Amino acid sequence: MPVRYTSDLAEHEAVRTNAGVFDISHMAEIFVSGPQAATFLDYALVIQSSAIAIGKAKYALICNAQGHIIDDLIVYRLAEDQFLVIANAGNREPVVSALKERAVFQGFVGVEDRSDDFALLAIQGPNAVALLQKITDKDLSTLSYYSIDEGTVDGVASYLCRTGYTGEDGFEVLIPADKAVQVFNALIELGIQPCGLAARDTLRLEAGMPLYGHELNLNINPYQAGLGRVVKLERDEDFVGKSALAELAKQEVSPVLVGLVGTGKRAARAEYPILSGENQIGEVTSGALSPTLGYPVAMGYVAKEFAQIGDEVEVDIRGTRLAMTVVKLPFYKRSK
Amino acid sequence: MSNPTNLHYTKEHEWVAIEGDVATIGITAYAAEKLGDVVFVDLPKVGSSTTYMKICGEIESTKSVGELYAPLDGEVIETNSAVVDAPETVNADPFGTGWLIKVRFTSLPQLLTAAEYDALTGEG
Repeated sequence: MPVRYTSDLAEHEAVRTNAGVFDISHMAEIFVSGPQAATFLDYALVIQSSAIAIGKAKYALICNAQGHIIDDLIVYRLAEDQFLVIANAGNREPVVSALKERAVFQGFVGVEDRSDDFALLAIQGPNAVALLQKITDKDLSTLSYYSIDEGTVDGVASYLCRTGYTGEDGFEVLIPADKAVQVFNALIELGIQPCGLAARDTLRLEAGMPLYGHELNLNINPYQAGLGRVVKLERDEDFVGKSALAELAKQEVSPVLVGLVGTGKRAARAEYPILSGENQIGEVTSGALSPTLGYPVAMGYVAKEFAQIGDEVEVDIRGTRLAMTVVKLPFYKRSK
Repeated sequence: MSNPTNLHYTKEHEWVAIEGDVATIGITAYAAEKLGDVVFVDLPKVGSSTTYMKICGEIESTKSVGELYAPLDGEVIETNSAVVDAPETVNADPFGTGWLIKVRFTSLPQLLTAAEYDALTGEG
């Protein structure tokens, strides 16, 4: 996936107002199969995968024993005994190894990294569904948000997933790798804008979605990242990280992830210090001049006492101070 | 886009048009293309002095921050307010209406020719 095909802003805008397609084939596809697949995933991840209905999906985290985040994932249930786990490209190896290691004691479960067999195309935007409908045999209106089903796209056997990473409606389409060019071109011929990594990043930032390596890493626990709701501590069975997470859930965690907005046109970017007076109280993890909103938006970790909605902080932008206010995430929400 | 032969260049991707003792300065099409969509420019104040190859401004795109290096010693006599109001002009017309500052220079250092700059950026 290139940083851009033409213009970051034009690509961003196409997704907000019409439709864009992202080649996200770099992401990892891991199939978990067997009679114990659901039980295994209940143990391996923080969510209750056994409660996912066939054809549905759930956002998930895979944590280590300390309760820190190895990766964020989407888990799709394909059948009673088969799940598809989509992981970040950069975490393919750690996620596959952790799953395989955790599968050792579970029996009757297969963990298969099939990332190289598949291409993944994300078609996103207010017109994405209507445009994709033109080249699929599946009635897309039957697939609600966070659902998956099989169908054809441009005649190619696919999994159609109503998920995305832009804050817009749309699908992620999983197809055999050798059909990627054909399907990508068919989508472009429908008038869908090819979009690169830069637009993907500003779109997900506006939508308040975390990016592993920025908002999430091995030093961060879900409660700091505002992802405590994903962790299902109340379930009976044990899972990796459960006891550590149960302890963390009781504590006041700090620093925590916040959304920040400012005025003007200058972006508070990743790694810039967040200040209160002369004291550094945190650091920006992602930031940009929001193409949709026209003002700077950022996410970052700040000490708990500065993390209330409405709190005023400053960001050091290469020596210049930018006043920013803590706001509720997301920055942008599509009108339904 | 090819680099106009009537301009001078720096290895930091500024272009310089000389007219009398005034230099008009911008960033090259190559630099604008590499930066991506320019969304903010921070230019030096009129009356401030510039020093050869010292940073005197910033050009920010959605993805990154580029620095504007002064190609010569002198005094800033004009900044392009049209570019401050519409930073995308830098992408649309880098060698023309996307100019950034005018400097009355005190000495003219050795700058790159278009051919030398072409070689540096692998164009031409």
